[in-house]
Formats: sequence, C-alpha cells, structure tokens
Amino acid sequence: MTNDKSVYLIEGLKQEYAGRVVVDVERLEIRAGEIFAIVGPSGAGKSTLLRLLNFLELPTRGQVVYQGQVVNGSLPIETRRQVTTVFQRPVLLRASVRENVAYGLALRRQLADGRVDEILARVGLSSLANAPAHKVSGGEMQRVALARALVIEPHVLLLDEPTANLDPYNVGLIEKIVREHNRARGTTIVLVTHNVFQAKRLARRVGLMLNGRVIEVGDAQQFFDAPNDPRTAAFVRGEMVY
Amino acid sequence: MNELTRGFFQAIQLIFSADPALYEIIFLSLRVTGLALLISALIGIPTGATLGLSRIRARGLVTALLYTGMGLPPVVVGLFVYLMLSRSGPFGVLGWLFTPSAMIVAQLIIAFPLVAGLTMTAVQGVDPALRVQVRSLGATRWQEMWAVLREARLGVVAAIVAAFGGIISEVGAVMLVGGNIEGKTRVLTTAIVLNTRTGEFSLALALGIILLALAFVANVAMMRLQGNDK
Repeated sequence: MTNDKSVYLIEGLKQEYAGRVVVDVERLEIRAGEIFAIVGPSGAGKSTLLRLLNFLELPTRGQVVYQGQVVNGSLPIETRRQVTTVFQRPVLLRASVRENVAYGLALRRQLADGRVDEILARVGLSSLANAPAHKVSGGEMQRVALARALVIEPHVLLLDEPTANLDPYNVGLIEKIVREHNRARGTTIVLVTHNVFQAKRLARRVGLMLNGRVIEVGDAQQFFDAPNDPRTAAFVRGEMVY
Repeated sequence: MNELTRGFFQAIQLIFSADPALYEIIFLSLRVTGLALLISALIGIPTGATLGLSRIRARGLVTALLYTGMGLPPVVVGLFVYLMLSRSGPFGVLGWLFTPSAMIVAQLIIAFPLVAGLTMTAVQGVDPALRVQVRSLGATRWQEMWAVLREARLGVVAAIVAAFGGIISEVGAVMLVGGNIEGKTRVLTTAIVLNTRTGEFSLALALGIILLALAFVANVAMMRLQGNDK
C-alpha cells in the first residue's frame, strides 16, 4: 500500500552494472514534503539510487513510481523537470555565477527575473553574481549549485553528499538553506550522506544502505536512538560496517 | 636581406596603392577561404560534437579517418577534386573546374577533418559529469548537447583557427583546381608562386607579407573570442 502522500514508491528495484548488483531495494517509500536521509558507507549504492530517483538511469529490474507514474524512458520532460540533484562535485558552466543560477530557468524558457537575485541573496552570493563561476571557491561553487537547483523550484530536491569536503561555515550555511527551503516550500528532499550527524540534524526519516540494500528505515529519533538492526546501531556508533 | 627589406616596403606600397588587381586577389583569397571555412564549420562542428558525445560502434573508425584527413596533403586533395570536376569526371557537368567553386570544394575537403576532428577532441575534453548535471536540471538531449558544445567553445574556436591557417596558406590544391587564372582564380598563394617563378621576388615577398598580415588579423580576432571566455 502506498501512502497518499508518497512521492516515490520503489518496489523490487535492482540496478546492475556489468552483472554486478549495485542497488537492490525491495521496497522504499519517500513521502511528500519530508527530508529523507539515506546514510551508508561509500559504495553502498546511495548515489546510484539518487540517479534512479532523478530519472538519469532506468532500473535493470523492478520499478520506481513517481507521483503515481511508473518511471520509464518515455517520462514527459515536464515530469523530469520536477526533480533535480545537487551533486557532491558540482560542474558549473563556464559563465558567470548569475548565468549558472539562471541556467535551469533558461532551459524552461523562463525569464531570469527577480528570482535569481533573491536566491543569490539567500545563498550569500549576491556580491559574486557577475564573477566567473569557475573561479569561485569550493564552498561557493556548491552554493551556486544549490542556488541553480532551488531557483527552478523543484518538487523534489536530491542532495548527493552536498557538503562533503566543505568547511564548517559552508556546511552550516547549506544545511540552513536546505532546512528553510523545506519548511517554506514543502519541497521533498532526499539527502544522501555518509555523515550521520548531518542526517540527524536535517532529516525527519532516515534509511541505512549497505551493499545496495536498504537495511532499515525509520523516524530519525528512532533510527538514531533505538535502531532495530544491529548494523544500523553499529553504523550510528561510527563503526565501519560492510 | 635586401630582398626582405624591399619586399616589406613594397608590401606597404602595394597595400596603399589601391591597385585593383591586388585587391581582387586579396578579396578572392578571403572569399574562397571564408566560404570554405564557413561550410566546413557548419558541417564539421555538428559532426565533431556528435562523434564526441556518441557511443556509436564505428566511432573508432570514423575518428581514425578524421585524423588521417587532418594530415591530407593538399596537392592530393587538389588532384582528387580535379579528377572529380574534370570533363570526364562524375561532377564534370557542373563546369566548376578552374573556377573559385572548385577552389572552395578543395579547401572544404582540407578544412573539414580539422574542424570536425578538433571539435570532437574539444567536446571529449568537457567534464562528462556536466552532461548528467545539466540533464538533472531539466535539459533535453539537444539542450544537453548545446551545453557541452558551449563548454567546448575554446577548443571549437581553436579548431576553426587551425582550419583557417591550413587553408589560407594552402597552394597545391587551389593551384591544381583553380589554375591560377588572372582575374578569375588567382589568390595570394598562387600569385606568390607565380611571382617567385618569374623572378619577382620582392613582389612575391610583399604578397607573402600581406598573406601573413591577413592570417595574423584573423587569428587575433579569434583569439579575442577565446580571451573573452577566460
């Protein structure tokens, strides 16, 4: 059974590369308006799962249902455009910060009106609006990537290790923007991270992935304070789990 | 050294002499090279971009052919075009032999592999993650291709510069298919050959200096295009 407010329902999902199973999820539901964190060590299949949720790949087996539509090769562009990802290593266009932020609007043939300036102010980049995007710092680059994703007002925002390798200032700023955006707009956010503390700070529900499988999903408090699975408990304690 | 000095001053005199014959040669050189470059860019850039982005099986073979084409001896191209356009050739009915059209075709064949091959290399040099990220932002396939091409624009301009340099200075092919006919198919390079053969070294040098100056101005203009993006 799906919840009425489900954004995604994943069933029997398998993704294989050259015969190797990298994602094997029996069932997973992501609810509208929540911040759902997927934690797990590197190589657990978290990023692949995000690519499937962003329709960037089609599953080898099983299905992803998005807003009641089974995701396949003929998903309308309007539907695809409801979901976007902020990647761990953003690749920006060789253009100004402003042009990068306005890029998603240009793709939709929308005017880069006051929205671009407003979002630049929110991510603290107004003073760098006309600077070449490839010359800003790593933290600023990630904020440009976040701004270009937020400006198109996606229904679902996928965050793939968005603060890995960033300094505490940028980590704090990005988390604050994400939290505020979720509260103000009700945007569904799926956060992939290996940082349990970040998941604890941001997410309402959390899932643990290991070797492509979802081991446990629960409300954040239960997940961190009273996990059902010993592997979750070990991961939360910061022990290496494979 | 005297010849060089004389050639330099004669070049300046020639430029300001308003000699219609000289300007005709310069304009024909620019027209033939410009059109060949334009057509090769219109075909070569999309070809290079498609090859750079696609995963077709024959890509290796096509790439090898393009790289071979980049080293084609112009005189061989001239011979090929000559045979194609001669009366007995398959395109003889066009009547293009010894006309600027034949010269454009020959230069197009020389320029195309350069533009397509170097564009392909430039496109392949763009971070592959960019494609995924623009698709994630909602780009269609065409928008995705355009984004990659935009990112590769420095390399694409370099491809055009290389092709321009290759054909503006080329003599073998245009000589064969154009015939170096005065007032009709004489361009700077063929005029230099002619004047050298007739012992008019200063004039040949002067024309060479004009040719170099034209190439320099065109390259500076294209470098400025690149420079704006740095």
